[in-house]
Amino acid sequence: MSAPDLGQLERLARRARYLSCAAVAQAGAGHIGGPLSCIDLLVALYFRAMRVRPQEPDWPERDRLVLSKGHAAIGLYSVLALRGYFPVGELRSFDRAGSRLQGHPDMTRLPALDASAGSLGQGLSFGLGLVLAARLRGSSARTFVLLGDGELQEGMVWEALHLAPRYRLGRLVALLDANRLQQYGWPGSRTEERRDPWEGVPLPEIFTALGWQVRETDGHDFSQILAALAGVQEVPGEGPPQLILAHTVKGKGAPFAEGRYTWHSQVPSQEQLEQLRSALELTEAEVAW
Amino acid sequence: MSALRDVWAETLIELAEDCPHLLVLDGDLANSTRADRFALAYPGRFFQMGIAEQNLMGVAAGLAHGGFIPWLSSFAVFFTHRAADPLRMLVAQTGANVKIGAAYSGLLTGYTGKTHQDVEDLAILRAMPHMTVLAPMDGPECREMTRWATAHPGPVYLRLARDPVEGPAFPREPLSGQPRLLREGDDLALVSTGPQSLRCWEAAELLARRGIQARVVHLGFLKPTDQPALCAALQGVPVVVTAEEHSVLGGLGGLVAELLSAQAPRRVLRLGLEDTFGESASNQELLELHGLSPQRMAQRIESEMLR
Repeated sequence: MSAPDLGQLERLARRARYLSCAAVAQAGAGHIGGPLSCIDLLVALYFRAMRVRPQEPDWPERDRLVLSKGHAAIGLYSVLALRGYFPVGELRSFDRAGSRLQGHPDMTRLPALDASAGSLGQGLSFGLGLVLAARLRGSSARTFVLLGDGELQEGMVWEALHLAPRYRLGRLVALLDANRLQQYGWPGSRTEERRDPWEGVPLPEIFTALGWQVRETDGHDFSQILAALAGVQEVPGEGPPQLILAHTVKGKGAPFAEGRYTWHSQVPSQEQLEQLRSALELTEAEVAW
Repeated sequence: MSALRDVWAETLIELAEDCPHLLVLDGDLANSTRADRFALAYPGRFFQMGIAEQNLMGVAAGLAHGGFIPWLSSFAVFFTHRAADPLRMLVAQTGANVKIGAAYSGLLTGYTGKTHQDVEDLAILRAMPHMTVLAPMDGPECREMTRWATAHPGPVYLRLARDPVEGPAFPREPLSGQPRLLREGDDLALVSTGPQSLRCWEAAELLARRGIQARVVHLGFLKPTDQPALCAALQGVPVVVTAEEHSVLGGLGGLVAELLSAQAPRRVLRLGLEDTFGESASNQELLELHGLSPQRMAQRIESEMLR
């Protein structure tokens, strides 16, 4: 497969957005806001940045992805399906009994997954272990860990943030999906609004002070995302751990959900799905599953 | 006589040469757990993780899924309580090949008291799927279990006592996973685990002087439990007494009571901490306080038997 260009990446992300919402609608349960904020990052990773073999998911030299914000699972599944790890139709089994596509990722069920997740704040530590293992094996594989800004409230994340620079794990890449909303959070200035959980906190400066090399990007602009990912690929294995702070919008792309904390987990109606397809300018063929 | 933690550390050093994937991760307690000896012998395979046990557990799971066999060094209580969630989700659920050297397990933790005495670990881990839980009673068994755990694919929790335990030197036996008969007797069976089994043997000797013959059964493989073998080991006695450096809720006593109530109902008397926290005191004082010294166990059993 030749690498998709910016336009194709954009198209893939739109399809993944639709499939995620459609799978949640079909299951009658699931998350919307978190998956939609990180889908562009996931598309850029799986279609451009990561060295992977979808037909050989346990290839030892593959790059790994740890979805620390495990509630975004359906976003990851949609991208994995489009990338060819399993048929797109399998998304219909999302959240069903016996499914490989659990509400939160289960690596023991789906070979494409490099980690289990669901309890927030654990992924960076797991990824740190994967990168350390790769170094000890003499492998140059990278591990990408996708974190939410809400889950940054978990203390365990800071344990890992403190430790990774000590071991100079240059092939550990944390991507922070900073969508500035969490499930409920704190009241904002207006009714129906919630506050950015890290308002007034200089996160990039803090990560830098801890020893991470920080890049910032618009998390929905593929040219910026790819530039940030290209930057981390040049870092040597003994370099500082890498952090990409991606400014994103919760519910991005869905007119009914964008920027609304109430859409952290909600089920779209058939009308909303149709509204979504139209907003994403997708053809019937593109949304067939 | 060496303590279990000494035997554990020495065994890891023995294993390291033939097992290049064996690593040790420490939560800044290596000079208490004795993992510092491994750090000196194999500095490139020892990783200081700092005082951050949740991260320690998560890194270990990642290393295990990356092909390594990490042995963890910290106190039992920090693994099973502080790091319970990553232990559950990253290690147990995923079946990660992580080995937990649970030092300072049980009640006798060297004057440290309630924070450090993990008297609920068995209750937590018995209910955690995929876990294997081992509690050796003496040095030779600790060595065998450390070797077995390293070779066994999947998560293992190894209970390591801090201090050497006085007691008879039992002949070395190959590990079978089955309960081990330490003493014959038909008036009652005394079941225990870890070094408490040796105290039970002493209690049985005291009871023998009073004309009561207690069978002593050591269960080192707590989970998975060889249920048929344990039932067989407890056959023919009217009363079963369990004794453990653990709460009477959910640990060995719970295990035996659950099993017998379904398979071979009998009166079960459970000795251990009565739903209470520990405190800092000498080992002797703590054993007396919680009825786990040989004398206190013998007295309690005799009074119960005469009831």
